[in-house]
Amino acid sequence: MAEVDESSKPMFAGLSDVSISTDIPVEGEINVPVGTSSQDDEYSTLDEPVKDTILRDLTAVGKKFVHVMYPKKSSALLRDWDLWGPLLLCVTLALMLQGGSVDSKEDEGPQFAEVFVIIWFGSVIITLNSKLLGGTISFFQSLCVLGYCIMPLTVAMIVCRLVLLGGSGKVSFIIRLLVVTASFSWSTFASTAFLADSQPTNRKALVVYPVFLFYFVIGWMILTFSQST
Amino acid sequence: MMASPDDLKFQEFEEATDLLSADPGASTLSMSGTSSTAPASATGDIKLDMSDNEEGQEESSELLGGEKRTSAFWTFEYYQSFFNVDTMQVLDRVKGSVMPLPGRNFVRHTLRSSPDLYGPFWICVTLVFSVAISGNLSTFLRSMGDSQYHYRPQFHRVMIAAVVIFMYAWLVPLGVWGFLTWRQREERQQSGYSFLETVCVYGYSLFIYIPTSVLWILPFEWLQWLLIVVAMVISGSVLVLTFWPVVRDDTKVTAFGTVATILVLHALLAIGCKMYFFQTATHTITPEPVPTRSLNHTTVILTTKSH
Repeated sequence: MAEVDESSKPMFAGLSDVSISTDIPVEGEINVPVGTSSQDDEYSTLDEPVKDTILRDLTAVGKKFVHVMYPKKSSALLRDWDLWGPLLLCVTLALMLQGGSVDSKEDEGPQFAEVFVIIWFGSVIITLNSKLLGGTISFFQSLCVLGYCIMPLTVAMIVCRLVLLGGSGKVSFIIRLLVVTASFSWSTFASTAFLADSQPTNRKALVVYPVFLFYFVIGWMILTFSQST
Repeated sequence: MMASPDDLKFQEFEEATDLLSADPGASTLSMSGTSSTAPASATGDIKLDMSDNEEGQEESSELLGGEKRTSAFWTFEYYQSFFNVDTMQVLDRVKGSVMPLPGRNFVRHTLRSSPDLYGPFWICVTLVFSVAISGNLSTFLRSMGDSQYHYRPQFHRVMIAAVVIFMYAWLVPLGVWGFLTWRQREERQQSGYSFLETVCVYGYSLFIYIPTSVLWILPFEWLQWLLIVVAMVISGSVLVLTFWPVVRDDTKVTAFGTVATILVLHALLAIGCKMYFFQTATHTITPEPVPTRSLNHTTVILTTKSH
């Protein structure tokens, strides 16, 4: 009964408790009525400074990057999915990949929109494929994993552009080939470590193959990027 | 309490039918799929086993496409039933498409009337990328000695390849299925394939083009034409072995005409891909569409995409 009184009173009920001490029999703690967010049940995130809010999200994104760098079978990446990381990586990759080799309008490399569409559309199709085959992973969790595992390929893109600054001969091509191959295998391995557990055992290869194809195509786009000199 | 004896009786009846129909089949159907759809797939699998007999019940299972769809088309489970395959099943189907033996109908023998969409879809996607990437590589290798040649990624080719291959893999089976169904109704024939089985056959028959397109990188003209002939013989025979038993009861003109059309379209796809994506060294590297003399139905798409 006391709780009903407390929850039906507005937030200012706490102030009345401070000023009038003994006349009104209000007991116990008066909490701000928590609606749906169950994670922050100690305090409301409306009151904290903006820096804390941003840092919390950035820390979450950063933690997931670390998980991708050292892929262990942890469920943290899956449980607290977010799409900030994939968006950041996708935009970075698309910006760096666009418009290579503009000799003629039709022979140039992929444009920003094409890379963006390939990455997101490809992720959606792979997720649908995994769910149709009977996977237990949810739609956004799968998008999250696939997006975060593009990170090695983004790193490879940065390295490739730096190598290209030094010249575009055979040696640089071999270096780029090795870097892209290593990062594409890393991406595939990392995402498989997260995704393969959610599939029944006799269909794991059916789910891994599209992921392999996806990262192979992105790796190909990175490898064939050539700057117009 | 009154319900339980009835439930037990009903379940026993189902189990008995399972045992009866599982005996003559000895097929590799995985009935241990998802537990939530187990009753539905069990009845579906019963129908599949009975379709091994050539008479009688085959008509009802043919009209239903050999597999009972228990959900409406707007639910997720409906589409999940198209992906009810295991790794080994997909590998078996791919093997069956690469090694056609006379007398082995792909639909009856390898698919066993449980077509899937996983194979056709991902084979088409892989083919799109393998043709585009190999074409790019072969252009690069041909012109490596040319000092003025600047490498071009030619990314728009991926889109063209995707449009052509997906349209072939979905519209041609639609046409073939529609034509065969219309003839079947006219001539009162018993056998026919569902749309899904037709798509499945076409999808798996395209698999042989994937290693072929990779081998087309090697710059020997005679090798490329030899590869085309070999690939067309293999995948063409898969298609012929599948569709010949259906049309052979028809009039001779229709039968031969249908089979010839199927083969010609298949050949056009192969030759068109080779000529557009793997241009020979004597041509200059110009991004023009395929010469109009060899393709009729794809030039419309190519000309609209070429700007």
